[in-house]
Amino acid sequence: MHELAITQSMFDIVLKQAEQAQAKKVIGINLVIGEMTGVVAQSVQFYLDFLTKGTLAEGALVNLKMIPPKAQCRNCQQTFELKEFDWACPNCKSNGVEIIAGKELFVESIEVA
Amino acid sequence: MEIKILKDILGANEQIAAKNRELLEKNKVFCVNIMASPGAGKTSFVLQTIKALKGKFKIGVIEGDISSSIDAETVAKEGVPVVQINTGGECHLEAIQIQNALNNLPLADIDLLLIENVGNLVCPAEFNLGEHLKVLIASVPEGDDKPFKYPLMFTTVDALVLNKTDLLPYVKFNVDNFVKTIKNINARAEIFKVSCTTGDGVSEWAKWLKSRIK
Repeated sequence: MHELAITQSMFDIVLKQAEQAQAKKVIGINLVIGEMTGVVAQSVQFYLDFLTKGTLAEGALVNLKMIPPKAQCRNCQQTFELKEFDWACPNCKSNGVEIIAGKELFVESIEVA
Repeated sequence: MEIKILKDILGANEQIAAKNRELLEKNKVFCVNIMASPGAGKTSFVLQTIKALKGKFKIGVIEGDISSSIDAETVAKEGVPVVQINTGGECHLEAIQIQNALNNLPLADIDLLLIENVGNLVCPAEFNLGEHLKVLIASVPEGDDKPFKYPLMFTTVDALVLNKTDLLPYVKFNVDNFVKTIKNINARAEIFKVSCTTGDGVSEWAKWLKSRIK
């Protein structure tokens, strides 16, 4: 249910940038979202359709680039993708990890006309 | 035409959180954001923390719930200033709500501010409030597999409190595995084992919190 708050913030950013660029219409919104954030793509589009009604972003399509969670081993520095319930380093089998990707949440670009 | 933006979606929240932090520091208030799933014992933990540190710090509380003021009324009985935030459906607190609550608290008379977030292991992890410490309460009946199910929350916090340890004889919960998992995925987190029912372990937590404030 945090998608509404996130979509609202995202929409504020998009609208401001589109207005600054004197765009007539926002066609697409490219987001980068880490899988660990638990943001649901369908919900974002659903809330966006609702929020953009009557604005220059009405009908804009959300394109999500999902970033899988990645970790770095604290023992051997190997980086690897995290799998559910298995966070052990594939190289040295150590379990001590630092999360280095998967928490992203930003607007990469917008497609305007 | 494509316009590059590269802007953090939660940037607006971050800006307000930074302002909250400034206001807190100006008033020498140390702020703790307490998060957990519903029923993990957040309010009991707030009460235990107040009891343990009442003589040492002037404490204030912000209660976050979707609706009702049950928690605020419970905490107010301890004689501390409380503000209840009702989010009206939103599943987490945001910096702007804390900004409003701070305006309704006697900050000059508070050294330690406890924020009880809305019961949820997903959304509160995303929203910084301006706090100095993020604390997660996990409780024994929830099971020891939760760190893998809610990794963002478990890797975000500064301290983890395992509550309801008095129930360990009755519940399948491997404390050693749980502690090992937390240490592996969040090297920074301090871990405390408490029972808010019996009061076991609360003094260790209170001692550590005191050391962080001074």
